[in-house]
Amino acid sequence: MIPAPFEYVRVETAEGALAELAEHGDEAKLLAGGMSLLPLMKLRLAVPSVLVDVARVRELAGARVEGDELVVGALTRHHDLHHDELVRRECGVLAAVAGEVGDPQVRHRGTIGGSVAHGDPASDLPAVLVALDATVVVEGPRGRREIAAPAFFLGFLETAIEDDELLVEVRFPRSGPAGFDFRKFRRRAQDWAIVGALAARVADGTRVALVNMGSAPLRARGVEEALAAGAEIDDAAARAAEGADPPSDLHATPEFRAHLARVLVARALAAAS
Amino acid sequence: MELTVTVNGRAHRGDVEPRLLLVQFLRDELGLTGTKIGCDTSSCGACTVLLDGESVKSCTLLAVQADGHDLTTIEGLAAGGVMTPVQAAFHEDHGLQCGFCTAGMVIAATSLVAEGLAGDEDAVRRGLEGNLCRCTGYHNIVRAVLDAAGTS
Repeated sequence: MIPAPFEYVRVETAEGALAELAEHGDEAKLLAGGMSLLPLMKLRLAVPSVLVDVARVRELAGARVEGDELVVGALTRHHDLHHDELVRRECGVLAAVAGEVGDPQVRHRGTIGGSVAHGDPASDLPAVLVALDATVVVEGPRGRREIAAPAFFLGFLETAIEDDELLVEVRFPRSGPAGFDFRKFRRRAQDWAIVGALAARVADGTRVALVNMGSAPLRARGVEEALAAGAEIDDAAARAAEGADPPSDLHATPEFRAHLARVLVARALAAAS
Repeated sequence: MELTVTVNGRAHRGDVEPRLLLVQFLRDELGLTGTKIGCDTSSCGACTVLLDGESVKSCTLLAVQADGHDLTTIEGLAAGGVMTPVQAAFHEDHGLQCGFCTAGMVIAATSLVAEGLAGDEDAVRRGLEGNLCRCTGYHNIVRAVLDAAGTS
């Protein structure tokens, strides 16, 4: 399978990327690792006329601590996120989930910015963003915008980034090295999650997020409320599918997904506590 | 678009369409057909090559993305006809059946061992999750990787 023809432009700086976006508008797509975009282009579900390769924009790679936040550059690869000692110490859940994305080859190429900007509700990292109330930072001709994770993911492959904006970093609260669990149900080793569940203990309670239980990554608020009110894990997890709108496809019915969510949340909560 | 890549230690220049996939460049332009096209959807791992020493799926990479980088295919592993430890272990442990996945498996295993991520059987099985063997010959493949890593 071969993508439709396109013009290829490589940029070395964020400024250069923004200039290309300003020139080409919605005809252009940004290419980082390409792990989400290239498969879509090969299937011709995406047919951009200009591909702006940002993979070599070094200023956007790597993680650092700023105050009470861990700041992760958009071009940080899943492999580096998973193995970075700083990330493991300051936001262990992020490092752990990064190690569950795809497979080693995908993690050698794929980036957090690419995964987040793609907005696929079946992908793993967005669950960390919504669970921890992370902030997505984008830059564009109207300046810099900080968008809270829940407001960032609008729907299936739809995010709050405008066509002329560039995702530059994601800011996570420093949640520490432990107290979390992430698990997903899938048929084969490197498949997308049919359903995924993340539990993370934070200073003010326990956060629970779901993968592939709707058109965007979700918080299982019912579970969180039940836990805050002192419910046992199994009773709290029984509320995992409340408010979710699980998709129906050849892998699972909505009812089966709701069942999976309850089971996975219970197991994740037990492992995280 | 012009590109320069080092493949198996040799510099190559090419003038390619931006949409040319890396696996097509390797197989069709350079004649390195040891790298296989399996699923063509970045699932099976048959097309795995090393990019700057790290495993990547060459069916989901544009040739132009590899511009300026160092690539190693299965043809580039055995220097002077001497097999690498991973290749020798696949041979010794019969880590293949039909052989179609083997180039990708050996390359993926080479990356895994080099990264020090082949510490035990579980790590190896997880580390090879991006490579499918349609003969289901995983036992001997895992054994070979553990032997090559010295962790069996």
